[in-house]
Amino acid sequence: MSNASRDTETCAMEDAGAVAPAPGLEMQNPIMPYLRQERIPHIWCPGCGIGTTVNCFIRGLEESGLDLNKVAIVSGIGCTGRVAGYMNLDSFHTTHGRPIPFATGLKLANPELKVVVYSGDGDLFAIGGNHFFHAARRNMDIMVVCVNNHTYGMTGGQVAPTTPLGATVSTMPFGNFEDSFNLPFVADACGAVYVARWTVYHVKQLARAMKEGLAKKGFVFIEALAPCPTLYSRRNKLGDGVDQLKYFKEKSVIRHGANTKDVGLSFQGEIVVGKFVDRERPTWLDAMNEHFAAHFGDQYQPYGVHHG
Amino acid sequence: MNLTKADPKGVLTGHHFMDGDHAACEGALAAGCRFVAGYPITPSTEVVERFAQRIPLIGGVFIQMEDEIASSIAILGAAWAGRKVMTVTSGPGLSLMMEHVGLAAITETPCVFVDVQRGGPSTGLPTLPAQADMMQARWGSHGDYEPIALSPNSPQECFDLMIKAFNLAELYRVPVFFMMDEVVGHMTERVVIPEASAIEIVERRWTRKPPGEYRPYAAGDDLVPEMVKAGDGYRIHITGLTHDERGYPAMNAAAQKRMMERLVGKIRNNREKLIDVRGAHLDDAEVVVVSFGITSRVSGPAIEEARKQGFKVGHLRLVITWPFPVSVIQQLASRVKAFVVPELNMGQMVLEVERAAAGKARVISVPHAGGTVHEPQEILDRILEFAR
Repeated sequence: MSNASRDTETCAMEDAGAVAPAPGLEMQNPIMPYLRQERIPHIWCPGCGIGTTVNCFIRGLEESGLDLNKVAIVSGIGCTGRVAGYMNLDSFHTTHGRPIPFATGLKLANPELKVVVYSGDGDLFAIGGNHFFHAARRNMDIMVVCVNNHTYGMTGGQVAPTTPLGATVSTMPFGNFEDSFNLPFVADACGAVYVARWTVYHVKQLARAMKEGLAKKGFVFIEALAPCPTLYSRRNKLGDGVDQLKYFKEKSVIRHGANTKDVGLSFQGEIVVGKFVDRERPTWLDAMNEHFAAHFGDQYQPYGVHHG
Repeated sequence: MNLTKADPKGVLTGHHFMDGDHAACEGALAAGCRFVAGYPITPSTEVVERFAQRIPLIGGVFIQMEDEIASSIAILGAAWAGRKVMTVTSGPGLSLMMEHVGLAAITETPCVFVDVQRGGPSTGLPTLPAQADMMQARWGSHGDYEPIALSPNSPQECFDLMIKAFNLAELYRVPVFFMMDEVVGHMTERVVIPEASAIEIVERRWTRKPPGEYRPYAAGDDLVPEMVKAGDGYRIHITGLTHDERGYPAMNAAAQKRMMERLVGKIRNNREKLIDVRGAHLDDAEVVVVSFGITSRVSGPAIEEARKQGFKVGHLRLVITWPFPVSVIQQLASRVKAFVVPELNMGQMVLEVERAAAGKARVISVPHAGGTVHEPQEILDRILEFAR
């Protein structure tokens, strides 16, 4: 069953945690205030990893100390594209592949905002690849979270720029023969100042990366590997979501500072996780302000500094 | 309507000798545009070059994006952060921008798309004029929506009408097309820019409702909702999916009907208010030349010559081309013999004239493939054919 057919507001899911607490012990899940609760249940399949990444994002947000009224989240299209719509923040669900240039406009028009792009691998690296490269090159001050499930979930499991060689997907029915992107290497090469990869098994590390990413100025890239049990796992006979978590647990190697050239992924092979890049570069806006201040002298009023 | 005066910082008051591209930029600055994202393309690039030159000391941002797709959505992001915004392009770029014309329409984001038209299709004639994107401006993005389009015919109008374009974008919360052409963009004429205090500006329809009470797509009788911006504590959700008044996805036929009726209704209900035509000799006219943009400048001498020869010929110039002024054509159609419609394309707006005239008067197309403008004689010949 493709997600597209489930993509309605009438989809009912059982509340997995519906065990009645003892009187007086009702507790609210601490992440709930960060979600648009009236929009739950979400559309994601059982075993999907996207929700886990959202949980980690919220934990990072909680610890970031940021004023939530000044945090905006922007998504593209696809399963991960739905994240923006569930977050209780100023949230924008844009067009396929274009959340980064939307976020660029949002950030430059109001530099006070912390702007997060949250989207999938197909959205950010196939149709949206060009925008990713240039935002990283410019060191646009945005954080990009890419949930990589190796496939297009919303449309039924087609080949993505991240599908490992040999994996079977609906538009590579005899196995994928295209090479895939090594996303941290791409982000590093394009100039991102922070690059990390974790899986949804590594919830503590992923939450910490989210927190660090939110605190970092400049173009931040976090890749979160997540299972797509409905399409990718099923078609490749990899079991359910739990089986993919076991794979993440068993085949992941933490290697902070690894050369991003060496962290490419293969079909069910080793996964190098960790924080690969953490460096400083002037952001686009800082570079603009510095350059114009030098060029125009006192005539120039730095942009965004006294933004009102 | 929340009217104010132009911010003097953006107004280059005085008498100038400048081309249409530069005047369009000055019009945008006077209108309060403080964010432009663009991508180089002939014959429009001078607009953004001037903006890049002028904006540092006015206070705002110009960014040259990686392509027109990025430009056309960067401006929407900036609009939701509270700015007045514009992007500038020509045919091939406009084709790439179409997905965000649709996003602007469904999210009701005020914005201006400037198209300095050149010959097409595809790369066509990069440095030479056409008016062949008129139907693309109306129908280019998928789905139903009602854009507004203006057609200036001089550098002075590039300034004046640009202010109007920005004001209409705010008033109706729709993408507004500014349909220049290579000749208007590159012709240099006198441009008078008034004092800032003489320029009326329509402010964004900011809500006064507090967070919690505010619903992003709840509208009153005029069907245009109030707006907020990111960072103000409203925690809005804005989506390109069909949505309800809260802005939340609502994918069913009833929600689609409610949203679409409002999206098209806010323009269709105001069609008469959105008429901006300029007439000459219409009182006694038996033949009316319907023109827009640069073609109106070429039609003028043909009409004067016909009148000199004793024929009752009038001129109707469309300043707002979309929505099309159907009622104006309808009224004229009941008392004139024929409409003559010259345009720098193979026959686009003439279809609208035919539709509005509905068989009550003859409609004569005077097409031109583009690359230059009509010879007045070509228009005169067609006028005389039907005026006799």
